[in-house]
Amino acid sequence: MLDRSNPTHLIDIVDVCRSFAKANGTKIDVLDKVNLTIKSGEIVGLLGRSGSGKSTLLRIIAGLVKPSSGDALCRGAAIAGPPRGVSMVFQSFALFPWLTVLQNVELGLEALGVEAATRRERALAAIDLIGLDGFENAYPKELSGGMRQRVGFARALVVHPDLMLMDEPFSALDVLTAETLRTDLIDLWIEGRLPIQSILMVTHNIEEAVLMCDRILVFSANPGRVGADIKVDLAHPRNRLDPAFRQIVDSIYARMTQRPETRTAALEGIPGTGVGMMLNHVSTNVIAGLIEALAGAPYLGRADLPVLAGSLQMEADELFHIGEALQLLRLAHLSEGDMVLTDTGRRFAMLDTDGRKKLFADLLVAYVPLVGLIRRVLDERPSHMAPAARFRNELEDYMSEDNADETLKSVVSWARYAELFAYDEQAEAFSLENPH
Amino acid sequence: MADQRISPAALASPFIPNLWDLLALVFILLSLVLIVWGAHVTNAPLSALDATPISLAPAHLADYALRTTLRMLLAIVFSLLFTFIYATVAAKSPRAERVMIPVLDILQSVPILGFLTFTVVFFLNLFPGRVLGAELASVFAIFTSQAWNMAFSMFQSLKNIPQDLDEAAASFHLTPWQRFWRLEVPFATPGLVWNTMMSMSGGWFFVVASEAITVGNTSITLPGLGSYVALAIEKRNLAAILYAVGTMLAVIVAYDQLLFRPIVAWADKFRFEQTASENVPHSWMLDLFRQTRALRALSLRLGTLARGASKWPVRLPSLPKLRFELPFSTRQIDLVWNGLVLALALAAMAAIYAYLAPTISSAEVGHAFMLGLYTLARVAVLMVLATIIWVPVGVWIGLRPRVAERLQPLVQFLAAFPANIAFPVFVVLIVRYHLSPNVWLSPLMILGTQWYILFNVIAGASAFPTDLREAARSFHFRGWRWWLKVMLPGIFPYYVTGAITASGGCWNAALVAEVASWGSTKLTAAGLGSYIAEASSAGDFQKVVLGIAIMSLMVTMINRALWRPLYKFSERRLTM
Repeated sequence: MLDRSNPTHLIDIVDVCRSFAKANGTKIDVLDKVNLTIKSGEIVGLLGRSGSGKSTLLRIIAGLVKPSSGDALCRGAAIAGPPRGVSMVFQSFALFPWLTVLQNVELGLEALGVEAATRRERALAAIDLIGLDGFENAYPKELSGGMRQRVGFARALVVHPDLMLMDEPFSALDVLTAETLRTDLIDLWIEGRLPIQSILMVTHNIEEAVLMCDRILVFSANPGRVGADIKVDLAHPRNRLDPAFRQIVDSIYARMTQRPETRTAALEGIPGTGVGMMLNHVSTNVIAGLIEALAGAPYLGRADLPVLAGSLQMEADELFHIGEALQLLRLAHLSEGDMVLTDTGRRFAMLDTDGRKKLFADLLVAYVPLVGLIRRVLDERPSHMAPAARFRNELEDYMSEDNADETLKSVVSWARYAELFAYDEQAEAFSLENPH
Repeated sequence: MADQRISPAALASPFIPNLWDLLALVFILLSLVLIVWGAHVTNAPLSALDATPISLAPAHLADYALRTTLRMLLAIVFSLLFTFIYATVAAKSPRAERVMIPVLDILQSVPILGFLTFTVVFFLNLFPGRVLGAELASVFAIFTSQAWNMAFSMFQSLKNIPQDLDEAAASFHLTPWQRFWRLEVPFATPGLVWNTMMSMSGGWFFVVASEAITVGNTSITLPGLGSYVALAIEKRNLAAILYAVGTMLAVIVAYDQLLFRPIVAWADKFRFEQTASENVPHSWMLDLFRQTRALRALSLRLGTLARGASKWPVRLPSLPKLRFELPFSTRQIDLVWNGLVLALALAAMAAIYAYLAPTISSAEVGHAFMLGLYTLARVAVLMVLATIIWVPVGVWIGLRPRVAERLQPLVQFLAAFPANIAFPVFVVLIVRYHLSPNVWLSPLMILGTQWYILFNVIAGASAFPTDLREAARSFHFRGWRWWLKVMLPGIFPYYVTGAITASGGCWNAALVAEVASWGSTKLTAAGLGSYIAEASSAGDFQKVVLGIAIMSLMVTMINRALWRPLYKFSERRLTM
C-alpha cells in the first residue's frame, strides 16, 4: 500500500496558455490561463466537450506539447519533453501491432535500459496484475478492444510511474467492456495494488468522471479554461443509482448547459459570431429524429438531458452537439440540464417533408449567417456560381482549417436538405442550379 | 493459429532437432557455401574474365545463374541501406525534403540504362584491374532500378506514422535509435517489401542488360545469364537462348519461393491494422523454418541478438543541434537555403550547357526530340493495345475466383521475368520474315511490362464488391452499359496503378528494344531509345546525355500531365 496520507504536488500547471498558428499567420487560443495542481493519492478527471482543449492540456503534462506561455512543472521541475515518472494510456490504445503483448509491455522498460531479466519479471507482474495472463504471446490484432486497452494499462503501469495519464481510455470500447475495465481499475486502486500515486484522466463522459474521480475539473471551451473544480467525496465502490451520485451528475449537466447571465451575440456553446460561427456537422435526419422524440411521449417538449442521453443511448457530448444545432436554429433550447422544444420546434414536428424543408430553409437563412452570405453571393453573380474557396478563406480568418472544413461541410449538407443551393464536390463550387 | 503462439515452455528444450531441421539445414549450408564461393570469384583480377570466356554449354548455366542472382542480392542490400538513410533524412528535415524528394522523383524517370556506360567506366577506374569494378557497375545498375521507389515508399511511411504511436514512443522515452528500429522500420516494412517486389522485374532486366557491356572499344563480359544470352545472339544459337530462358524461369521461381514469399508472409505481421485479415499470405519455406525446432531456436537467438541491437538505449549523437543564437529567423534561414539550392541548380545548368554546347547543335537537339516523339508514339500505341487486350481478359479472370487464384501467381511471375532475355526469339522471327523493324521491334518494349496491367486489373476485378455486381445484374445492366457504368469505374484505380508501372517500364525497355541484333544482322527502329543506345556504344557521351535528358523530360511530363491527375481522380472519385 502506498502512502497517500501526506500528499505532495506532482504536477503544477500555472497560467498555462496554448495557441496554434494557422496558415495565414494568425493564432487560435486553445488553452487560456489554465491553473491546476495534481497531488499524490488522487484521481483527477478533466471533463469537457470535445475540442475544449483538455487533450492538449493532458499532452502538455505528458511533455508532448509545449505551452505557449505559463509554467508546467512536474515535481517542481519544468516539463521539457516527456518527464520520467509520467506514463500515458491512449484512447486508441497505441499498441505496436508488430510486437506481442509481452513485448509491448516491455517496451517502456527497454527504453529505460532496464536489464533483461528484471524487465521480463516486471512485465509479467504487470500483465498478471491487469488480468492478461495467458495472452503474453498474442499480437494486438488477435485481441478484443477491452483486452487491448488492458495491454495499454499494463504498459503504462510497468514503468511504475508516479502519475498515470489517461486520454479517454474507455471511449473506444463498448459499454459493457468499458464498465468492466473501469471497475477493475478502481478495485486495484482502492486496494492500493497499482504501482502509481495519482491518475489524471480526460473524459467527456460525465458519469464516468463521477464514478471514478476524487476531483473533477469541468473544462469550458473556446478557449479552454477550468470552469469548475468539483470534489466527489463518495466512497468507492460507487453506485450509479445512489441519489447522491445522481445529484452530482445532474449538477454537472446543469453546469455544462448553463446560460451565461448576459447574452452576447454568440450563442453559448457555439463559438464565433456572424459568418465566423463554427458549426459542427449534425445530420438533418438526427435533427428531425430528436425533435420527433422530444415532441412525443413521454417528454412532450421537455426532457432531462441525462435521461434523454440514457434512453437514446447517446454520449452526453453527442447530445450537446445536436442540442446546440437545435438551439442555433431556434428549434429548441438548453437550460439547467434540460432540453426544451420551442414553438418552432413543435411546428417542425407536425409538418410533412416538404413543409419541414421550407421551414428549415427559412431558419437557416435567418440564423446561420454563412448560409445567408452564400445565398446572397450566388444571387448577385450573373453565373450564379461561387467557388467554395471564397468562403473557406473567409472562414479561416476566424478558425482553424479543420474547423472551417467542418463548418462548410455542415452548411453544404443543411443547404442540400433545405434545397437552398447546390454544391459540386468535384469543382468545389456552390451554385443555384439543381440537377434535374 | 497454433504456430503463432509460441509459449515460453516450448523453448525449454530447443536443441533436439526434428526431421524438418535436416531439410532446412541443407538449404542454409548450401547458401553459405555459394556465397563464400561467390565472394572468392569476384576478387579475381580482371584478366581472369578473358582466361575463362563465357561458354554456351548448358552445364555452365547453373554457375551463371548463381552469379546473376548474387549480384541481385547485393543490390538489394545496398538499396535497403540507401533507403534507410535517404528516406529518414528527407523525412526528418523539411529543408532536406524540399530538395531530396523532387530529386528522387526525377531519378525515377531517368532511364538509368543509358548511363550504364558511364557507371561501368567509373567503377572500373575505382578498382583498376579487378573484376570487382565491373561487378559493382552491374550491381549499381540494379540498385538504380530499385532504390528510388523503395526510398519513396519508406519516406511516405515515415510521414504517415500514426500520431498515437508517435506519442507513445515519445512518452515511453524511446531514443531515436530505438524509435527507428521499433517504430519506423516496422511500420514501413509492408510497403517496402511490396515495392521491392515491384522493383524485381526492373532488377532482373538491368542485371541481364548490364553484364555484357561495350564502351567504345572496350567490352566487358561478366559471367552471368546476360552475357550468356549476348554470346548466344552473336553465335546465332537459338537453342542456347531457350536454355537461358528456361534457367531464368527456374531462378525467378526459386527466388520467389525461397526468398520473397517467406519475406512477404513474415512481413504480414507488420501490417498496420488492428483486425486480423482473412487472406494471410503463406510460404512453405517460412512454415518450414517455423516448424523446425532447432532452426527456430537458432533464429530466435539470432533475432534476440539483432533485436538486442535495436534495444540499446543508445543516445545517438543526435544531430548536433546548431543552436548558436543566429540573428536570423527560421524564415530568413529558409530564404538563404532556397537561394543556395537555386544557385547550385543554375551552376549545374551552366555546367551541363558548357559540356554539351561545343558538340551538340540545335539541329541535333531537334533531331533527338523528334526521335523522342517517335518513341512516345510507340509507347502510346502499345499502351492502348495492351489496355484493349488485357482489360477484358483481366476482368474475365478476376470475376472467376477459381481461375484468378490459379492465374494470378503466373501473371505476377511473368511480370518479374526479364523480357530482354526472350527478345532474341522475336528478333529471329523479324529477321526470317523480313518484317519492318520500325513496327515490329516495338512490341518488345511492352513485352515485359504489360503484365502489370493484367495483374492489377485481375486484382481490381476480384476485389469488386459482390453486392454491386448483384445490384447491376438485378437492374439489368448489360453490354457496354455494364462496362461503362459498373466494371470500368470499379477497376479504374487498379488499372491506373498498373498502367503507370507499365508505361514507365516501356520507356526503359526502349533502350534495349529499339536496337536488336542476331549474329551480324542488326535491326534498328528509329527512336530515342536506339539513339541513346547507339551513342553509348559509340562512346559519344554528349549525345547520351542529351538523349537521356530528353527522355527524362518526356517521362516526367507525362507523369505530371497524365498519370498523376488520373491517379488523383481515381483516388478521389472511384475508390470504394
